[in-house]
Amino acid sequence: MKSIKFIIAGILFGIVMSKSEAISWFRIQEMFRFQDFHMYGIIGTAVVLGTIATLVIKKFKLRDFQGNPIVFTPKEMSIPRYIIGGTIFGLGWALTGACPGPMFVNVGFSYWAIFIAIGGALAGTYMYGAIKDRLPH
Amino acid sequence: MLELIRQPWPWYISGIVIAFIMVLLLFFGKSFGFSSNLRTICSACGAGKRVKFFDFDWRSQTWNLLFLVGAIIGGFISAEFLSSGEPVQISQATIQDLQQLGISAPDGMQPTEIFSLSAAFTLKGFLILLLGGFAIGFGARYAGGCTSGHAISGISNLQLPSLIAVIGFFIGGLITTFVLLPLIF
Repeated sequence: MKSIKFIIAGILFGIVMSKSEAISWFRIQEMFRFQDFHMYGIIGTAVVLGTIATLVIKKFKLRDFQGNPIVFTPKEMSIPRYIIGGTIFGLGWALTGACPGPMFVNVGFSYWAIFIAIGGALAGTYMYGAIKDRLPH
Repeated sequence: MLELIRQPWPWYISGIVIAFIMVLLLFFGKSFGFSSNLRTICSACGAGKRVKFFDFDWRSQTWNLLFLVGAIIGGFISAEFLSSGEPVQISQATIQDLQQLGISAPDGMQPTEIFSLSAAFTLKGFLILLLGGFAIGFGARYAGGCTSGHAISGISNLQLPSLIAVIGFFIGGLITTFVLLPLIF
């Protein structure tokens, strides 16, 4: 029971990403060509509501279902890390049309070719771990 | 009702549900970030023996792997039971731009020129997916998060680093869209 709630949250995520077509390569292309509001609407709505929710949680010091305080870990400041890392991520995102979540949703859609991208993503993650100390952060 | 669900959902429904999932995970005592799973999988496969970055208690991240399994099931449910079978409804301008690259108008969720198995197992098709995936995995960990961790969770928490990361996502995405894709196709 403890773990099934995470599976259910994941199912909800998979369905909503599919039904709003956010897992589609075409939608990502449309976004990077600034030719429709759709993807911006999805991310924008989520961010506006997410910001309000985060402020409310902080303001009222809300606790999670287990009674522990909800903590937000601030991200460490750096410019090169986020710009370089982000740019490399973006290169791949526009190429495969899927960021990590939608990659796996596409598996459920039986787009088996996505396993090549997932294999690549695991290799890329491993490579980062192997050389991270030599990269500017 | 089912007919309505089978239609593509408008952006605001999607945005509301994604924010709901983010908040739900906070109340479960977790934080929304999908790409961490890639690190967890590397670690579960034993990468921690060779590389320190993967030497951590990956079992503490089991909840996120379950979320990943759920995402796959959610995709399956959508494809099998909630799909209208209509192609993705992208704008006419995008269809025309992509046709100039030789990518035909949608007849499903994904372009056959990239996602069909016959395309994926040509050298070009294989490299597009492999290198694209590699950049996603490498870049996500380098930047410390992906779309969910930075664009959604991070910006919602007014984190400047997340905004910088998202600017990076767009620099990369625009380079691929306007420089790399015309060279590749």
